Formats: sequence, structure tokens, C-alpha cells
Amino acid sequence: MSNTKISFVRTNMLPQKSPPSSQVGAVRWLRENLFSSPLNAMLTLLGVLIVYFLIVHLGPWFKNSIWNANSLSQCREILAGESGACWAVIKDRWHQLLFGFYPQEAYWRPVLTFVLMIVAVAPILFAVVPRKVLWFSAVFPFLAFWLLWGGSIWYSVAALLGFVVGFGAFVLLQRISALVAVIGAVLAPIFWWLFLAGPVDTLLTAIVPIRIPAIQSHDFGGFMISIIIGVTGIVLSLPMGILLALGRQSDMPLVKWICVGFIEFIRGVPLITLLFTASLLLNYFLPPGTNFDIVLRVIIMVTLFAAAYMAEVVRGGFAALPRGQYEAADALGLDYWKSQRLILLPQALKISIPGIVNTFIGLFKDTTLVVFIGILDPIGLSNAIRADSNWNGIVWELYGFIALCFFIFCFGMSRYSQYLEGKLKTDHR
Amino acid sequence: MAMTSDSSGSSFRLSMLIYDTRYRSITIQIVFLFLFMAGFAWLVDNTLSNLAQKGKDIDFGFLGSRAGYDINQMLVDYSNDSSHARAWIVGLLNTLVLALAACVTATVIGVIAGVLRLSNNWIVSKIMTIYVEMFRNVPVLLWIIVIFAVLTEITPAPNAFRGENATSSMLFFDSVAITNRGTYLPGPLFSRSLGDIHLGIVQVSTNYLVLLAIIAGSIWGYRALQHNAAAVQEATGIRPVTWWKSALIIVAPTLVALIVMGFHLEYPELKGFNFSGGSYLRNSFIAMWLALSVYTGAFIAENVRAGILAISKGQSEAAFALGLRPGKTMNLVILPQALRVIIPPLISQYLNITKNTSLAIAVGYMDLRATLGGITLNQTGRELECMLLLMLTYLIISLIISGAMNVYNNSVKLKER
Repeated sequence: MSNTKISFVRTNMLPQKSPPSSQVGAVRWLRENLFSSPLNAMLTLLGVLIVYFLIVHLGPWFKNSIWNANSLSQCREILAGESGACWAVIKDRWHQLLFGFYPQEAYWRPVLTFVLMIVAVAPILFAVVPRKVLWFSAVFPFLAFWLLWGGSIWYSVAALLGFVVGFGAFVLLQRISALVAVIGAVLAPIFWWLFLAGPVDTLLTAIVPIRIPAIQSHDFGGFMISIIIGVTGIVLSLPMGILLALGRQSDMPLVKWICVGFIEFIRGVPLITLLFTASLLLNYFLPPGTNFDIVLRVIIMVTLFAAAYMAEVVRGGFAALPRGQYEAADALGLDYWKSQRLILLPQALKISIPGIVNTFIGLFKDTTLVVFIGILDPIGLSNAIRADSNWNGIVWELYGFIALCFFIFCFGMSRYSQYLEGKLKTDHR
Repeated sequence: MAMTSDSSGSSFRLSMLIYDTRYRSITIQIVFLFLFMAGFAWLVDNTLSNLAQKGKDIDFGFLGSRAGYDINQMLVDYSNDSSHARAWIVGLLNTLVLALAACVTATVIGVIAGVLRLSNNWIVSKIMTIYVEMFRNVPVLLWIIVIFAVLTEITPAPNAFRGENATSSMLFFDSVAITNRGTYLPGPLFSRSLGDIHLGIVQVSTNYLVLLAIIAGSIWGYRALQHNAAAVQEATGIRPVTWWKSALIIVAPTLVALIVMGFHLEYPELKGFNFSGGSYLRNSFIAMWLALSVYTGAFIAENVRAGILAISKGQSEAAFALGLRPGKTMNLVILPQALRVIIPPLISQYLNITKNTSLAIAVGYMDLRATLGGITLNQTGRELECMLLLMLTYLIISLIISGAMNVYNNSVKLKER
């Protein structure tokens, strides 16, 4: 090819051409994401139609929202026949939806409890919070009980001291033997609560009376009661669920079958039957004359219910662990509790985080069922608000507000679980 | 104890019950059993003394006595003269019908939403994401009440259909009327009916039994035909044309049976203040059905999405490399594997639907809880017996569902060797 004459060689580069218009920017995005095939184009049109339909029908309703009115009829007067939301009901009754019939002058107590609750759960949820706050988390349940129900502070303190007594007995008896220490740590607090807590409470109340007005459970309501039942159930059901899962995995047939029976029974019946049991039957099962607070009964039932589901979730986590982990723990010479605590549980719990949080969300949503046994949760209060002649006939605004609140809580929880999953992920993929 | 003082190495000492792993588990179990029995005895003792204090006993005889209340939806004969046991069965059937209907629609909605959420169509996947998150994060009870409110507040009253300038009209060629009292649909009737068979407590229409048998036979015939065609294809390499034969086998026998039995539809008509004729679905039923379907559908959508995502990309690439078309890739490669992941959570969703039917209390649907656990309980005052039977019934339904689905799950499970 050496004798071929090259007549022309380009000496300068051509300027770069812009890519075809179908391959850039919005057009490309539209082609790829909305109109990649005839079927896709149809689906897109359908989707646009749905969105358009929703906007046309709900847009004016939101646009004409009314925030200042005293009654539904006044709202309708202002709207003059047009469709519009009457959010004035929320403005008028938000305190009922949040606190139920809790006395107005005591609203600071649930609010303070809520703020303290955030402080108390912060070290559990986020690693950046100093560990020392955990001491506050341990004290918080007793403080919250005192703040919400009122009465003498020494009642809560006496209950709290039971745990201190148990811990003290454990430390003291540990020198004798581990088994004796465990038995002592169980028996000492029971002894304390049965025989000493009452006199100590009376004595301290007589010497240093610190008390705030007591408020009865039937005044509780709204999202306050949902959060009380939900958070208590969540906190108690996790350890109980773990114990049940361990029991179900156990080599001891008796323990195993009792746990299996309990889990399958609870999972086989609807929560509502358990709640009815709590309200109708629990008094049959307790010694004659005992009268249990209804909120406490509901918390017990909701906890048992969630614990059975939790046990299955945690069991799934255990089942997903490779056998080698169990064998490695045995090979290290760890005993049962140490191998569970140090090796197996952390991994199993990490695997089952999505399931655990789903159970938490389910539990929180299920707190709405307490309306059927006469506790005024938000749904029960929406009926109570409608019973007022001012707001008779208002529906969507109340339900919308309640749904929004639940959505914020539950969606927040599911987002947190995704954050936690990402943080605890150890495989580098 | 003489043995404790004996210190020779091989003999038994009392402390070995705790420190020797051979005996420790027995000790723990005995202690556990003792505590369990003690707790149980305590509960039973309390219950008995409480019952004695109120002058009650445990007696299931009330089941045989006259119920004395009406039930507004019944699948078997029932009147207020029937017994409480009969009311229990009516309620149970209402629960089961609702659960079955909701399971079917929830599965359809869930599969569609789950697949569409994975679609690469931006707007569709966003709409599905909003649907799933909206329904998953709000209590089902609220959805039941909201849908019931939509049905009763927004739909027209029956008298809106009346007159020359009616404000509402019936849908689908004057066959379906949606009113605030419920939905009226055309009802199936057989002019040459074969009568009913009484099966102990329930009676079943022979017409439907015959139809079911014929459809089952058609399906069997269709499968035999396909099997035969496959055999011919294996032997000769040419697949015989079967589409018209299969169409005939599936459609013709059912059609003939319908004509023979004189099948026709009865349309609802506005008479007086309300519609009559045809089939009538109560708002309470529709609200429960829709709410459970869309709520559980959102959960099933997530399960389906997770199942499809769990199949590695290599599987579909390998299927394409083998030359399978997309449809066959889905049917033969992806779906069978995804089903293994999807079915166990699907079972628990079906169980959830069945248990959530008990929320019918919110809209007054007469289910198991409303009859046995509601009116019967209040009339007879036998809380203990009624709640026991109620829980037992739900427990048995749950166990049957999970048992049946586990059998199916085992049949599709990966056979590991």
C-alpha cells in the first residue's frame, strides 16, 4: 500500500456532534421509562389517567380547606355548596384526638413523658448517643408511669427498688454459686414487692410527700393510649419473644412443646378474641376480688400476642444461621447462655430485623382494636366527636388525620429498620 | 438420702442433677413442669372459685336452646327459632365466605401490584409504591371503616334511581345497582333445577355440584388431551393441532349443562322503596371484602416482589441463552423458583385475612364473632364457654389452612438430595 497516493488527509478534528435527540435528556428518559413498548405506553396512559382522576376529584377538596369554623354547618356555609375539607374539626378537637379525656391542665405530663421517652430510646436506637443515657432508659418506665397516672412518686420508686433488690441479691449470692444467685435474684424482688414495697411506699409518702394528682385509666385516650400500649407492648414483647424462640429451639421436649403450644395457640386466634378475653374473662382467672386496670390487661394481652409472632420471626433468624456457628460456639467451650448471648443471638437478631420491625408496626396498628373493648383510642374518639351536634356528619377529615398520624409512625419505623439494616450489614457486597 | 454421702467417683450425687449435663436437662424440665402445672392449677382454681362465687357453672347445654335472634346473611337455613349451635354454624360460614373471597382478590391484587412495582415504567412503579406504603402503614380497621363510610355516604339511596329524571342509574345494561343499602347484582337461577341435597346440617344445591363435577371433568379431559399431544410430539416431532379441541372440551359440556338446567339470570328491579330480585351483597360484606383485599394485597405485593427479586439474574440470562422466549422463561424458570420464596409468607397472609375477618364487628357483618362471640354470648351470659368455643373454632380454621398450605408448600419445595 506504500505506492497508493493519499489525496487528502484531514488535519483538524471534526467538532463533536451532539447525540441524537432521542438519546438525551427528557426525551430519552421518557422513551426508556414511560414508552419503551406498546404495553408500557398503555400502562403509562392508565397511570396518568388515575393521577388525573385523583387530582380532579380531590384537588378542590384540599384547595378549599377550611381551618376556622365552630361547626360543620358553619363550614358548609363558608363553602357555599362547593366541595372542601373542613379541617376546623381537627383544630377544634386535636387535643381530644391526642389525649382523650385527660384533664387539660395536666397535658404537660404526657407531653413531658413523650419528650423523655425520646431521650430514653435515643441511646437504644442510635449508637452516637452517650452510653450513660442508658441508665435513664432503665429508670424511664417507672418515671413515665408516675407522670401519666400520677399519685405518689414513692409507689413507682418502691416498684423500681424491687429490681435493685434483685440485682443486689444476685451480686451478693454470686459468691456462693451461680444457681443460688439466679434463684435469689428472682425470689428477692418478689418478696420485696409482696411484703416490703407497700410499707416502704406508705412510710416514704408520710415522710416526704411528693405527689401529683392521680388520673384514672378511663380518662386516657387518643394517640396517647395507642402510644402507651404500643410502646410498652414493643418493649416487653421482644425479650419474651426471644425467650419463646429459644424455648422452641430447645433440646428439652417438655419446654419445647409448651412453647410450641403457646405460640401456635396465640397465632391461631385473632387478637380481638384475646382482647375480649382480657375484658370479659381475665377476672375469672385471677383470685376473687382482684381488680385489674383495663389498660394493664390490654397491655398484657397485646404483649403475649406480639411475643408469639416475635418468637417465630426470631426463630427464622436462628434457622438462617449456618450450623458452623453453633458448632464454633460449642468448640470455644461456651455454655448455653454465653453462646446464645455472645454468638448466636446477635447474628439471629440482625437477620430478623425486618421481621421484628414488621411485628412492631403490626402491633402498633393493632392497638386500634382496643376500641372494641371500650378504650377510647383515636378511632373511638372520632365516633365520640361525631356524636357532638356541632360535628355530626364529619367523616373524611377525622379519618384522614388519624390515618396520617399512623402513617407517620409506621413509615418512620420501617425507614429506621432499613437504616439499621444498612448500618449492621457486614458483608461487603 | 444415703446416696449424697457416698463420695465414690462413679456413684450418683445430688449435685449432679444440676452440674452434670446428662441429668441437668431432666431437672430443668421437671422444675419447669412443676411450675407450669402449679400456674395452671392456680388459674383453674381461681376460675372455679370465681364461677362458684357468681353461682355459674361450665355447661355447653345452651348451644341446643333457641337462639331468638335474626342473622341478616345466611348461607344455610336459619331462623330465630334455630338453636345457638345453628347460629354458630351460620356465623362460621359467613366468616369462611368472606375469608375465601378476600384471599382470592388479595392474591390477584397483590401479584399484579408486586409485578408492576418492579416494572421499569416510572409512573406505574411509583403509583404501586404509593399504594403499598399507604395501605401497609395504616391500620386495617381504619381502612374497613373508611371503605364502609364510602359505601354508605357517597353511594346514592335506592330512591335516586326512581322516576324519569333519576339522579343515578344502574351499571352494566341495567343489571347492577350500587346503593347505600348494598349492591344488587343479577342472580343465577335454574328453571329446571335438580333440587337440593341435605348433608346433615347444611344443604347444597345439586345444580352447583353437577356444574363443579362437569368443570372438573373438562379440566381432566383437557389435561389428558395435552398429555396425548405431548406424547405424539415426542414420537413424531410434530405437535397435533389441539386448540379447537381444547376449547370444545372446556366450554361445551358446561354450556350444555347450563342449557339443560335452564340457567338464566334474574335482574334486580326497583320495587317500592328498594330493589328486589337478583343477588344482594350487603355493604358490610363489601366493605370487609374490599378492605381486607386491598390491605392484604399490599402485603402480598411485597412478598411477590421479594420473591421475584430473590431469583438471581443469572437464571433468566441462562434461560435466554437456552433460547427460551420471555414468556416461557417466566413460566418455566423464574416463577417455579420464585413461588418457593413467595408461598410461605403467602400462607401467613391468608391466615391473617382469616383472623382479620373478626374485625367485622366494626361494620356489623354477622360473622363467627358476631354470632357466637357476640349475640349468643350476651344473651346467655356464658362468656367462658363462648370464648372457648370461639377461640377453638378460629384455631381449627387456622390449623387447617396452614396444614393444607404446608402440604402444597412441600410439593413445590426444592427436593434436596
